[in-house]
Amino acid sequence: MIASRATQRAGLLAAMLCAVIASWLADSAGAAEGTIAIRGDTVHTMAGPAIADGVVLIEAGRIRQVGPAADVRIPEGATLLRGKVVTPGLVDAHTVVGLSGYLNQPQDQDQLDTADPLQPELRAIDAYNPQERLIEWVRGFGVTTIHTGHAPGALISGQTMIAKTRGATAEEAVIKPVAMVAVTLGDDARAKGDDAEKKSPGTRSKAVAMLRGELVKTQEYVRKRSLADEAKRPDKDLRLEALSNVLAGTWPLLVTADRAADLASALRIADEFKLRIVLDSGAEAYLLTDRIKAAGVPVIVHPTMRRAGAGETENLSFETAATLKKAGIPVALQSGYEGYVPKTRVALFEAALAAANGLSFDEALATITIDAARIIGVADRVGSLAPGKDGDVAIFDGDPFEYTTHCTAVVIDGEVLSDEPR
Amino acid sequence: MFAPRPSFLIAAVLALFIGRPSFAQERPVAFIGAEVIPIAGPAIPAGAVVVQEGRILAVGPAATTPIPPAAERIDVTGKVIMPGLVDTHSHVGGGRGGDASGPVQPDVRILDSINVRDAGFRKCRAGGLTTLNIMPGSGHLASGQTVYVKLRPANTIEDILYRDDAGAILGGLKMANGTNSQQEPPFPGTRGKSAAIVRQKFVKAIAYRDKIRQAAGDREKLPDRDLEMEALVDVLEGRKIVHHHAHRADDIITVLRLRDEFGFKAVLHHTSEAWKVAHEIARSGVGCSVIVLDSPGGKIEAMDFSLVTGAVLEKAGVACAFHTDDPVTDSRLFLRTAALGVRAGMSRDKALEALTLAGARMLDLDGRIGSLEPGKDADLIILSGDPLSVRTKVLETFVEGKKVFDRDDPEDRLFAVGGYGASRDQDAESCCMSTRAVEAQR
Repeated sequence: MIASRATQRAGLLAAMLCAVIASWLADSAGAAEGTIAIRGDTVHTMAGPAIADGVVLIEAGRIRQVGPAADVRIPEGATLLRGKVVTPGLVDAHTVVGLSGYLNQPQDQDQLDTADPLQPELRAIDAYNPQERLIEWVRGFGVTTIHTGHAPGALISGQTMIAKTRGATAEEAVIKPVAMVAVTLGDDARAKGDDAEKKSPGTRSKAVAMLRGELVKTQEYVRKRSLADEAKRPDKDLRLEALSNVLAGTWPLLVTADRAADLASALRIADEFKLRIVLDSGAEAYLLTDRIKAAGVPVIVHPTMRRAGAGETENLSFETAATLKKAGIPVALQSGYEGYVPKTRVALFEAALAAANGLSFDEALATITIDAARIIGVADRVGSLAPGKDGDVAIFDGDPFEYTTHCTAVVIDGEVLSDEPR
Repeated sequence: MFAPRPSFLIAAVLALFIGRPSFAQERPVAFIGAEVIPIAGPAIPAGAVVVQEGRILAVGPAATTPIPPAAERIDVTGKVIMPGLVDTHSHVGGGRGGDASGPVQPDVRILDSINVRDAGFRKCRAGGLTTLNIMPGSGHLASGQTVYVKLRPANTIEDILYRDDAGAILGGLKMANGTNSQQEPPFPGTRGKSAAIVRQKFVKAIAYRDKIRQAAGDREKLPDRDLEMEALVDVLEGRKIVHHHAHRADDIITVLRLRDEFGFKAVLHHTSEAWKVAHEIARSGVGCSVIVLDSPGGKIEAMDFSLVTGAVLEKAGVACAFHTDDPVTDSRLFLRTAALGVRAGMSRDKALEALTLAGARMLDLDGRIGSLEPGKDADLIILSGDPLSVRTKVLETFVEGKKVFDRDDPEDRLFAVGGYGASRDQDAESCCMSTRAVEAQR
């Protein structure tokens, strides 16, 4: 319990204990084969109405059955977990944990390479550190799936991926090695690093011109790669291969933009090249609800607690997620990117504040479960408690959004990965 | 202040004329029916708070508290009233302290650089804050004098200053150790050098103070005025509290060691690793002004940040206040800080005290603010419900009996929730907030 942990060196001991449990869990390959029954006073399945006194039965890592306790037969020998409130494992629709390390020193910052403004070929899996402490941190608050990867801050900073908050290697953690290609429009897309003022893009117009130019170049590349005469085909180019996937609609563009004008630019480019895009951050998205709705584009809204300042963020609102939701736009929430202290936010807390600022409980929970899973393209596996889905569950001792509630256990693929109240 | 300065004399005279009348109420006002959390005692389920002339007249159960017949009666049944929140560490207002010229600049006053029109002040009132300690940054060993402000509506900084009975402006001295203040020379490059520079300055200040004492008022024998030395003498004589940034356990202990050597009054700020040395802090009697963050890290000295700090300090008997460090955390969410403290094991009473009275004590202002008690300033907030619930809203904020925030007012609401124009003029760049600032930091 938290109270008993509150001793001088409790944190350190707990950390050591966690490490021991984690290694034990990793070693016992049979654990995932076991059966887990999770009983909650309220089970929010996100696949239908909440169930009072419900049970989630997990077998071999997958959800076998979800229903009222009276209707679910719990097999002999099953591990039993109890809680007041049970939810699907939480889905953080956009973060940089695993690439942007918690120490914030050059050696653990792999989310952004500023040498070149256009680098869609950078794969997230090659930089993902599954041992990063912030992954364990967010998992402690119920987060089981993260959409992470290259950060905002370059016109095209690289690819993103989807992982579970477990696993000793990227291969064990990843459930989708490439999710999207990260684009930034607006002030933060300007060139960075040494002599930044002499580099492109130096203006918003230049950034859009460069992005359009690269997409046109990719169109030409795709055309020439399928020429009948093999000798005339261009050499394989990783950058253009990556953008080919974008043009083909296989990989959506994740466009981070805040000012209304930059969000409009993103929609304009998507329309011109018939791209699948997801808008990210969207501080002023509430000014463009009609256009975003008409374009059928979802928005992964900035952390509700994102800090306001001059420029891009001066018009931030706690109510943006609610405004977009009311306009009929698919919305998810995220922990985002933090460049200083704290090094990451926690999706649960961001949804909690959105729930206090216009979203209903169910809508807010959906922004970090099923709606998030749909927007990042993994709703077939995570985001709701339904038979056949991954055995990912978060257990709470009260309303998950209340500040004083604890996340008491986290289960991923049928393994209990955290049972220390947080 | 070893000798009265002309500026203070003028201020004192002005204070006599201006005083508080512009905020005074002719009629008493009685807030009746709310749950009253006075901090000074247990919560009162159906209470009454009576205020007049900017002060609290009475606090107690609605049934037994005498309400003056002339009082305006305001029914606040179903709501919660508690003291205005006291933020012991804020950077609101875009103020900048010392510059790059050196690591110790106690002559610099943050009050000379604050923009009172900064939207951050409106957001503070929306968050229920009524008193701030506005600090210069942590990039120096001593980055300047802090200023205590009362969040009245302001046209100039003078409108919100706290002053003592003699008219002197109240504030502390911001100091820091650890990594933020380590830079290229003339700044220190190591922790040992940091402490040595500070000790040398205090040794010099002691000599300066002794010359003043020996002069015994003889103007011929007084040393030349020196603003740096005057500020440090204020610290040595206990007139200014040292508000000391320290995250790592050993940095915290270093502050305690320097305090023992020079005898100044100190408050430890941020204290990410205070949970490791809670008993040592308890023995010193020094209080901690604690930050609550959403995760550890962001810099090496915050790598072992833990949510349990408040709970551990409470059990060890250390005085604990919270702060926003705005813009690091949002002043509108200051109540959340206490709630997360409770999540990690702190008692409800101590967590609420840490937002109010404990902070007032750390600013030596507890005679005036921090609790709802007769005679104290009528700084109070009306909440829609439990102060520790995410769904609770600050409905109204009062400073010296005057309403300075009303959530029903559309303009005030804009600052409470954000939206177009809510952050115009807000300077949040004082503390490495943008991606670019982090790039520059590397």
